[in-house]
Amino acid sequence: MLTDELSISQAHAGLVKKEFSSLELAEAALDVIAKKNPEINACITVTAELAREQSAAVDKKIAAGESIGALEGVPYNLKDVFMTRGIRTTAASKVLENYIPPFDTTVYQKLKAAGGVLVAKTNTDEFTMGASNETSAFGPVKNPHDQERVSGGSSGGPAASTAVGMGLYSIATDTGGSIRQPASFCGVVGFKPTYGVISRYGDIPMASSLDTLGPIAKTVEDVATVLQAIQGSDPKDATCANRPVPDYAKAVQQDIKGLRVGVPKEFFVEGMEPGVEKAIRAAIESMAKAGAEIVEVSMPHTKYALPTYYIIAPAEVSSNMARYDGVRFGHATKEAIEDYVQYYMKTRDESIGDEVKRRIMIGTYVLSAGSYDAYYRQAQKVRTLVCGDFEEVFKKVDVLVGATSPTVAFRLGEKSSDPLAMYLADILTVSANIAGTPAISVPCGTALPPDGKIPMPVGLQIIGPQYGEEVVLRAAAGYERIGK
Amino acid sequence: MVITSDDIRKVALLARLGLTEAEIDKFAKEIGGILTYVQQLQAVDTTGVEPTYQVTQLVNVQREDFVEYFLESDRKKLVTNAPNNDGEYIRVKRVK
Repeated sequence: MLTDELSISQAHAGLVKKEFSSLELAEAALDVIAKKNPEINACITVTAELAREQSAAVDKKIAAGESIGALEGVPYNLKDVFMTRGIRTTAASKVLENYIPPFDTTVYQKLKAAGGVLVAKTNTDEFTMGASNETSAFGPVKNPHDQERVSGGSSGGPAASTAVGMGLYSIATDTGGSIRQPASFCGVVGFKPTYGVISRYGDIPMASSLDTLGPIAKTVEDVATVLQAIQGSDPKDATCANRPVPDYAKAVQQDIKGLRVGVPKEFFVEGMEPGVEKAIRAAIESMAKAGAEIVEVSMPHTKYALPTYYIIAPAEVSSNMARYDGVRFGHATKEAIEDYVQYYMKTRDESIGDEVKRRIMIGTYVLSAGSYDAYYRQAQKVRTLVCGDFEEVFKKVDVLVGATSPTVAFRLGEKSSDPLAMYLADILTVSANIAGTPAISVPCGTALPPDGKIPMPVGLQIIGPQYGEEVVLRAAAGYERIGK
Repeated sequence: MVITSDDIRKVALLARLGLTEAEIDKFAKEIGGILTYVQQLQAVDTTGVEPTYQVTQLVNVQREDFVEYFLESDRKKLVTNAPNNDGEYIRVKRVK
């Protein structure tokens, strides 16, 4: 019984049959953390005492003969951008190094109510800005498959920790690919639902019209189970849709016979590694063999998605990062400075990392008078065109497939001194954030990187129409069954 | 298109980032490269296209206008979380 092998449904079955206790599951996860975290650095804060308390409470229920829910007694971790009352929340930044929130994220409250067992707050790129988990002020996360390679980002901590069993699932965020890309690099399932279906209350914001919460787990069924528990309207989040939550357990049972699967030709980008392309085309082949109807489609504005993202996201970042001024919370300079502007400038220069600074400045620039129309307003219009591509294509097909990333995990340090090269890692994932459409990454084999000898995981990306969580899960589960 | 060190200085002031001279030069190069990349959007024909600000189609989401009370311990925490506080008030710099 190991947390790196058990799925949530297996864990639940085992708890009900009394094959093991919730405390044993928690201790197993904490054990993995103790052994592997010094190497892969996926956890920033370990919540061992809390985990033991929460699992003991569930064991009491089981002993009393009470029935337990699907997530009850199951250990998990949270990306360290979710407010957890009384538990340090850092956003992997010096700005919030010692910050103890006085309130809980809505999703955390839901998981507490569902009997979840929190084992850790996991590492991320600083304020979730990055594609490799190398910008964290707490050190990079190493890929468990090859520790000389990155875990991916920004949710490197959640993806790597789930891959090795530091909990059976993770809650993370995806603004430009931050759930899907690390999931594909680490060989786990990562789902970014439709923008607005999961409450963002308590999530430290990066780009407010793009940020989306989502689960990372080892199987599609597990991801569906977690989604079922955390989705729902929230009066505390004005961007959270008030829609009924569908039955995802039903969706993952359906097969993919007759499913119309679109393959956008623009998704096979220049520079895609041959090993990745091979794995993706093989995945599409097996979907065809299982009865899916493969349709070649075109999404002509695909090449504009990345530049659109790198105008809109930094603009929103510059606004969201303004709150870190050393007045109400977070780092404040110890230098004796009387002038309030100089005080803010010193405080922020001292504590904010380079990538975050870059994005704040790009955002400030594109929003400033003289640049606003040519950059920001134009990007908002191109955003409309990108959304239009999705609306058009979903008249013809049910889902879209392609690679999550044009490459497998690259080496640590390889892209960290070239910001633009790092941004290109998001090229296949950002469209789904711009349009707010649901997208999942499912493992589809491995590929040898051009500069290494260890085969690395490849992720198949499946994108659905807005509020199409069910069809995405159906396609993903259907592929997962035949991919085995 | 090049962004000059002077442009960075202006932007850094707007963004309240107290950059050093070395940082200013470094960021001018890096941000210059990124702006050159995103500039390609200017070639896209967007005549008659409306901007998209958000994708939820939600409009004017409101709540009932009533007072919600905090636990005193949480209220206290909000004050003591401030780096400069005297227990009851958050201390701020004088704004001139």
